[in-house]
Amino acid sequence: MFPEAWEFHVTPHLNSGIKALIQNHGEAFDAFSNGLLQLLLWIQSALSAVPWWGYILLIAAISWFSIRKVVPTLVLSLLPVIIGVFGLWGLAIETLAIVITSVVISLALGIPLGVLMAEVKTVGVIIRPILDAMQTMPSFVYLIPAMMLFGLGKVPAILATVIYALPPVIRLTCLGIELVPKSVQEAALAYGATRWQLLKEVRLPLAMPSIMAGVNQTIMMALSMVVIASMIGARGLGQEILMAINRINVGRGFESGLSIVIMAIVIDRITQGLAKKWDPVKKP
Amino acid sequence: MSDVAIAVEELWKVYSKSKSGKVVIDVDDEELMRSIEASSEDVVAVRDLSFEVKKGEVFIVMGLSGSGKSTLIRCLIRLVEPSYGKIIINGYDVTAMDKKELTEFRRYQTAMVFQHYGLLPHKTVLDNVAFGLKLRGVPKKERREKAMHALEIVGLEKWASYYPSSLSGGMRQRVGIARALVADSPILLMDEPFSGLDPLIRREMQDELIRLQEEMHKTIFFVTHDLDEAMRLGDRMAVMKDGSIVQIGKPAEVFANPANDYVARFVQDRGEEIRKADEQIAALNVANDKEVNSDVS
Repeated sequence: MFPEAWEFHVTPHLNSGIKALIQNHGEAFDAFSNGLLQLLLWIQSALSAVPWWGYILLIAAISWFSIRKVVPTLVLSLLPVIIGVFGLWGLAIETLAIVITSVVISLALGIPLGVLMAEVKTVGVIIRPILDAMQTMPSFVYLIPAMMLFGLGKVPAILATVIYALPPVIRLTCLGIELVPKSVQEAALAYGATRWQLLKEVRLPLAMPSIMAGVNQTIMMALSMVVIASMIGARGLGQEILMAINRINVGRGFESGLSIVIMAIVIDRITQGLAKKWDPVKKP
Repeated sequence: MSDVAIAVEELWKVYSKSKSGKVVIDVDDEELMRSIEASSEDVVAVRDLSFEVKKGEVFIVMGLSGSGKSTLIRCLIRLVEPSYGKIIINGYDVTAMDKKELTEFRRYQTAMVFQHYGLLPHKTVLDNVAFGLKLRGVPKKERREKAMHALEIVGLEKWASYYPSSLSGGMRQRVGIARALVADSPILLMDEPFSGLDPLIRREMQDELIRLQEEMHKTIFFVTHDLDEAMRLGDRMAVMKDGSIVQIGKPAEVFANPANDYVARFVQDRGEEIRKADEQIAALNVANDKEVNSDVS
């Protein structure tokens, strides 16, 4: 047995710390929460303004532009019809709004952090363990303080999603930059590239495929968080699944589960297609 | 003094496997120098080099791989930081420069050609050639005109809008040379530029460099492991072994009076190599003739 006398708990300290935080800086958290909610509502109303066939056309246009094959384009643009047929279109749009908001925030934070990590070695030393913790810490653990600080609903859901979806884009941005061939960088330096020019002209463009893979991963991970997000009151497809679990309704769960899978497939194929299209290294 | 393009004094480069990777060197501290030579952690890549290169001269540095010649050429513009010593190029003390001065210096005073070309795969041939000018901040139209002109000089104007991946090795190195020409820097640094090319193309490129040099009269610092190349191109040459220069002089002198066994072995091998190369060329010619004949028939 581990000696009982050595036991020490951070629990009371953490709990009182969070309480003090809410009492003293409640307004600040409320303001932040409101700002985030405004962004989400704005994105959601923009998404809702587009009619269902608008999405079909949009997906068809993007996939034709990036993939240039008839069958995949048809399959990708018709798959979302299934979501509509199940009567889940509105919920799917709400989920999409949460996913897009989280992804936008993740990319806005993640890409610069990834660049910084590759450029400054000490930043990497500090960030890497934090990323490990973010990816392995069960999401419910940080949902508790997030809920206390930002209330129930979509805002803590977005925060939880960002925490979960942020690491891959940081890592893959950094990796992409680190994998740029030394010989190419050396040539740029020999012709008098400054650090900034090296980053802008050589490192970032050549890291693009890896960065795009990070973007894709971030989107996929954000989608996989929707069920957990619904547990703290974020509406959307995840809520349907939650209800299906509560009522042991296999069919209902399957319908919304399949809808999430369809969203994932469509978004994944489209972003991968675009990534290939934008690969700066042109193949002969 | 004014006719000296590159002056190197007591240049050392020591790599260290230890964590910091930096080695402090003081030539006057004999004990320290002995411990560095004896240490298994530290590797001396360039050992106490002093030499001068005159303006307009083609100076060859020759040696086997691992002799420190690539480290030396990189030290000249501090792509590799020297551990000790002084480098003066066109009157600029390279070793004393801060980052900003060094960047400016690299932009206007030197241009480098690499063994593995170092082309940017995401830029077209034209933009690759114009890259040095872009770094200088030359407007787009002007730098493209100049780059196009340089491409004409190396005979690749038709390939301007292609990407490097569609080009053969020889063509890629022509792009590398055009990129160096367009910078119009007084000093050309060439790190085994033709080593990766097959013998016929190599010879063609050497002839082309000779032709270009007749017009340009630049100072060329040329690293190679190929004695034949050194003999064809060099006004003077230095033979390196284990980081030191073992002989320096006109190629014909080195050929006639090798300073030691190491150089002598190089020179001996050369006769052998030339015979082999001639045989190869003859064989290729025969093969080509056959191909042409079969095409005709």
